[in-house]
Amino acid sequence: MGTISLKNISKSFGSTQVLKDLNVDIIEGEFLTLVGPSGCGKSTLLRIIAGLEQQTSGDVLIDNKNVNRIRASERDLAMVFQSYALYPHLTVRRNLETPLRLRDYSTFERLPLIGNLSPNKKQKTESINQLVSKTSETLKISELLDRKPGQLSGGQRQRVALGRAMVREPVAFLMDEPLSNLDAALRVHMRSELSELHNSLKTTFVYVTHDQAEALTMSSRMAVMIDGNLLQLDTPQEVYDNPSSLSVAQFVGSPKINIFRGSSDSSGAVSLLNLTLKRKSSETNLELNIGIRPEHLEITNQSDENTFSATVSYRENLGSDIFFHVNTEDGMNRIIVRGIPQLTHEISSGSKVNIRRVSNKALLFNKEGKRVQFNNA
Amino acid sequence: MQAKQYIGESWKHGILIVGAILVLLPFYMMVSMSLKSQQEIQSISGGLIGAQEVQTFPVCVKTGYSEETCTTKPYIYNYWFAFEKAPIPRYLMNGVIVTLSIFIIQVLVALPCAYALAKLRFYGREFVFSMVLFCLLIPVHGIALPLYVMLAQAGLVDTYSALILPWTISVFGIFLMRQFFMTVPDELIDAARMDGMGEYSIVWKVMLPTAIPALLAFAIFSVVAHWNDYFWPRMVITGNRDLFTPPLGIREFRGGIDSDEFGPMMASIVTVTVPLIVAFIIAQKRFIEGITLTGMK
Repeated sequence: MGTISLKNISKSFGSTQVLKDLNVDIIEGEFLTLVGPSGCGKSTLLRIIAGLEQQTSGDVLIDNKNVNRIRASERDLAMVFQSYALYPHLTVRRNLETPLRLRDYSTFERLPLIGNLSPNKKQKTESINQLVSKTSETLKISELLDRKPGQLSGGQRQRVALGRAMVREPVAFLMDEPLSNLDAALRVHMRSELSELHNSLKTTFVYVTHDQAEALTMSSRMAVMIDGNLLQLDTPQEVYDNPSSLSVAQFVGSPKINIFRGSSDSSGAVSLLNLTLKRKSSETNLELNIGIRPEHLEITNQSDENTFSATVSYRENLGSDIFFHVNTEDGMNRIIVRGIPQLTHEISSGSKVNIRRVSNKALLFNKEGKRVQFNNA
Repeated sequence: MQAKQYIGESWKHGILIVGAILVLLPFYMMVSMSLKSQQEIQSISGGLIGAQEVQTFPVCVKTGYSEETCTTKPYIYNYWFAFEKAPIPRYLMNGVIVTLSIFIIQVLVALPCAYALAKLRFYGREFVFSMVLFCLLIPVHGIALPLYVMLAQAGLVDTYSALILPWTISVFGIFLMRQFFMTVPDELIDAARMDGMGEYSIVWKVMLPTAIPALLAFAIFSVVAHWNDYFWPRMVITGNRDLFTPPLGIREFRGGIDSDEFGPMMASIVTVTVPLIVAFIIAQKRFIEGITLTGMK
């Protein structure tokens, strides 16, 4: 229970195509993150899974059942929205009850007063109450049940919204940037809570975010989408270490990956600035973009064939790390280098520094942004 | 500094106070005249409430009441005679029936329309909405005659239906509610759909409660307009006094065999106006507080 397959999903609004032939298989119980810059179509994809939006072509399968023609409410999915979308006029308790009442009561039982005549209603009400109290205990919102959403803080509303999704015990949770309305500290805290929740529920989570940090920290797999295309679907570590294309490499990781212009000669030897890489490119005689992450560059006193010199233009102190924005001597590259505070505290902007690259960490991309592999030999 | 500031502020308040007095003066006159005797009204004396001397009222005697009944204080006489001369409770009840029916049906029509125009995507939506805007431009009096003819053909003249039916579709209401619904986040509707609500449930269980402030604003427009309407009831209620709405009722006091008697006339106007003012004061608090969408963001 809880597999979702998307087969050849395309979606157009008028003449603009926002999703281009996507194929995704979401495994049961995984935490899949759809991540990408805003406007890449990730929310649309989530809404198609939910049934709130109809795809132009392609199939959505939930538990191997085609749900193209099945309404949102009958797909047994629950969704958490960015703005929480709690019913503002109902108490927290009623907010949590609403999906259950709509699912469990018959139309007759939902009628005021005469609905109570139905013999089954009492039993159903009890089970609803039980589910609500169980969920509110899990989320620690029991004492908020009689308040209205307007009287809650952002974090509390977030929990209630989660609760409203949880009470139904759906086959999968869909979350549309649920943390982006929270302040920074709370967002980081909720990340770990969501991960824990996922571990304890063991239900499939499909999570949409534009924040690559959320994707890296929480997901079991992440799908990077840019401009309606699915560029890479893999574990966060794999996406980070081994991006399939330049745009993925640039999107994932903060600060951004440094890109140098370089080239490979006829033997495949890759040169950039004054450096030559030890590994050989599999494609020869090519103009290359060479990506090196900030943590794979270090500031050093020595000067040898693995270092280049640069001038610090800006010093970004994050406490645990210091990031130096430096300009290379040729003036062509503005790059970011991570420094360890203890070793680099005396370096200020304007200083000249030598930068050494950590070997075996560079990533090669061709001019079109496609990944170029090194020769294994 | 402080004093200067006060002077700078005070002239604004001065203008506002003069404006307020100008607006309230007719109401002052109305209340005052409903309390005074005919002589005091005609001689413009007696201040707000007059001398309240016990006296015998000639019009009352002429109408056939005993001299004893007709000898009383002016304010008692004015209000007593107003209720004696015309069935004011009946008129008030008619007013309530008509305005409430109109308002309820207007809401029943306008809310689903406004929801569809604001939140559903369908072919021709913009055209339909532009038609709604176009209908806002049509003056009521321009279509009064065709409407009357249609009602007459249907045999509905001199019925409640004639008073209610023409006003049940309020384009203004549709427009107002549509503008309000545009501000309701789509996510709230999506959440309701995920929870399993149908479109009609969404209108009545989600949109209606969030729209209470806008609905109250519309209620004030609608109820005031139809409570005070004189033109339309005058057209379609031709003979049956049992169907008179309050404004038609007031007309009873105009002229006739007796010379105009302003005291009872103003008393009847006060009784007709007071329910509206009370309703407004009750609604005002909700109107201002409302259920804001604070729960949303």
